[in-house]
Amino acid sequence: MAEQASALGSAATPSRRRVDTLAALLHEPKVIGGGGFILFLVLAALLAPLISPHDPLEQDLMSGALPPVGFAGAQAGFPIGTDDLGRDVLSRLIYGTRVALTVAFVAATLAAVLGTALGLLAGYFGKLTDGVISRLIEIWMAFPPVLLSILIVAIMGAGVASVITAIAIIDWTRFARVVRAETMAQAKADYVTAARVIGFSRFTILLREILPNIAPLLVALLTLEMGIAVIVEAILSFVGLSVSSDTPTWGGMIAQGRQTIYQAWWVFAAPLAALFATVLAFNQLGDGLRRALDPAMRR
Amino acid sequence: MIASILLKRLGMAAVTLFGVAIIVFLLLRVVPGDPIAMMIGPGAGANEIADLRARYGLDQPFIDQFGIWLSGILHGDFGTSISLHRNVLGLLMERLPATLELALAALLVAVSLGLALAVIGTLLRRSPGGSLLDAMNGLALAVPDFVWALAFVLVLGVLWPIFPLSGRMDPTLSIPFHTNFHLLESLVTFRFGIATDIAAHMVMPTLALALPLAAVIARILKEALCAAMLEDYVLVARVKGLTEARLVVGEALRNAVGPTLALTGVQFTFLFGGTVIVERIFAYPGIGNMAIDAVINRDQPLIQGLVLAFGALFILVNLAVDISVVALNPRLEDG
Repeated sequence: MAEQASALGSAATPSRRRVDTLAALLHEPKVIGGGGFILFLVLAALLAPLISPHDPLEQDLMSGALPPVGFAGAQAGFPIGTDDLGRDVLSRLIYGTRVALTVAFVAATLAAVLGTALGLLAGYFGKLTDGVISRLIEIWMAFPPVLLSILIVAIMGAGVASVITAIAIIDWTRFARVVRAETMAQAKADYVTAARVIGFSRFTILLREILPNIAPLLVALLTLEMGIAVIVEAILSFVGLSVSSDTPTWGGMIAQGRQTIYQAWWVFAAPLAALFATVLAFNQLGDGLRRALDPAMRR
Repeated sequence: MIASILLKRLGMAAVTLFGVAIIVFLLLRVVPGDPIAMMIGPGAGANEIADLRARYGLDQPFIDQFGIWLSGILHGDFGTSISLHRNVLGLLMERLPATLELALAALLVAVSLGLALAVIGTLLRRSPGGSLLDAMNGLALAVPDFVWALAFVLVLGVLWPIFPLSGRMDPTLSIPFHTNFHLLESLVTFRFGIATDIAAHMVMPTLALALPLAAVIARILKEALCAAMLEDYVLVARVKGLTEARLVVGEALRNAVGPTLALTGVQFTFLFGGTVIVERIFAYPGIGNMAIDAVINRDQPLIQGLVLAFGALFILVNLAVDISVVALNPRLEDG
């Protein structure tokens, strides 16, 4: 009976489908480009102590504000220069990937779990459940997200945990809205009717039938959300609310670089370029994943 | 029929705003820091502290505080800012015009830029120039206002200092204004020198806010235009010998603009949210910049007033979009 229900969902066997999906992923240049860069960042974060030329916190006032290689007065040991305290910008950049990626992966996943759960409930049960959750989404979206995140972090106290909580609390609506609409559409599909006729419980239908069908969409949304999380963390660091100044972050480097931008523009430019490239990479990856995983777009 | 839809929308907007008020109030009541502690020196006596608590209503029970605040708002009294020692409504009225001028300028730039890019993109849709335009559009779409603002700071403010980096106008110009809409006022009173200075200060924050929105408009409108170019009425006009540009602007645009309009309205609310950090970066004296200071200073009455102001702006824009969509599309009337 169960096979019958899932057979209605797709004609291909699961393993055949998996091979198709993998091939589609590898043929999508955006997945290769964006994913490749993210992989590069993950490696940089994991191997930071091994590949950093210097200790990111080590100050050397004798070699303060050195320009990047290629400019007059540069030193070969500091490829993209030093800040006004003589700390190596490249090493700080490499260590900065740790906070950026931690926040990206954890916060985006939490927001996705929360938003998907509420979106599934609203979309499938409708009526009062949908009314309450939809109203909640509307209220949430009336808050300026940057202001709300600053407020939450100010309340909870600065730190990575606060930043992650703030992002999850704010950005669940991005998932809830899409999942709600998609669940409503799926709930009308034949395979759901079939599962209901067979006598599956509502939660079984939601988790085993509908959720797998909206998974490709979720993966794409999750990837986009990771890019957003990196930005929010940088904004909070920039305002001075993320982690302590002992931990190098891109946003913190940007804020500090802003103070000395006329003497040492590279301290500002390097983390900004990293932020720019990372957001773009997550965006491209998300876009590519949506194309590759959505069978309708593949055709 | 339209009247009942409007009433329903208004009712929902009121519920949303009330929800915003409750949530911001609850959030602020879990703040561990005592706002009074910040206002007084370490040597203050217990009497002094009790006096201040009473003056700001902090000695009342929780529900009463909410009731007092809410009834105050309904009477136009938003309380007194703890850090600035001034009436919150007065502060809002002083700063809101700056934010409105910035947001509306950004909307204007985004719509013009998006429209131009969509039309050019449609004309070039089968050429390498079109692909290049699409790629640039994708870039503007992916990168958020915060990053654009910082990039402008670096490139147009520091490396090639073309535009002023911070503030709303040159501080050496001390000109009296009757309203707080400085750009608008200097324009209607023909003080173009001052208007130019204000506009120059607005270039970078405006562009940072406008670019992502322009990219959204350009993409959606271009898709609609390209689809419209395949319609029969465009074909007929083409046979009549109209040039490609006339076809796009004169024929396709009229039919493609509707769906883009609704989307622009919704995206405009996101632009308002973006003013918070963009104003901060350029030290622009609007309500967004003030809101960050208010949070850092734990100024409860001011935070409450500002969040409510943002919520009201957001809900008003959404309401206006809903109404115009209903008004423009009679088929939606029954829904």
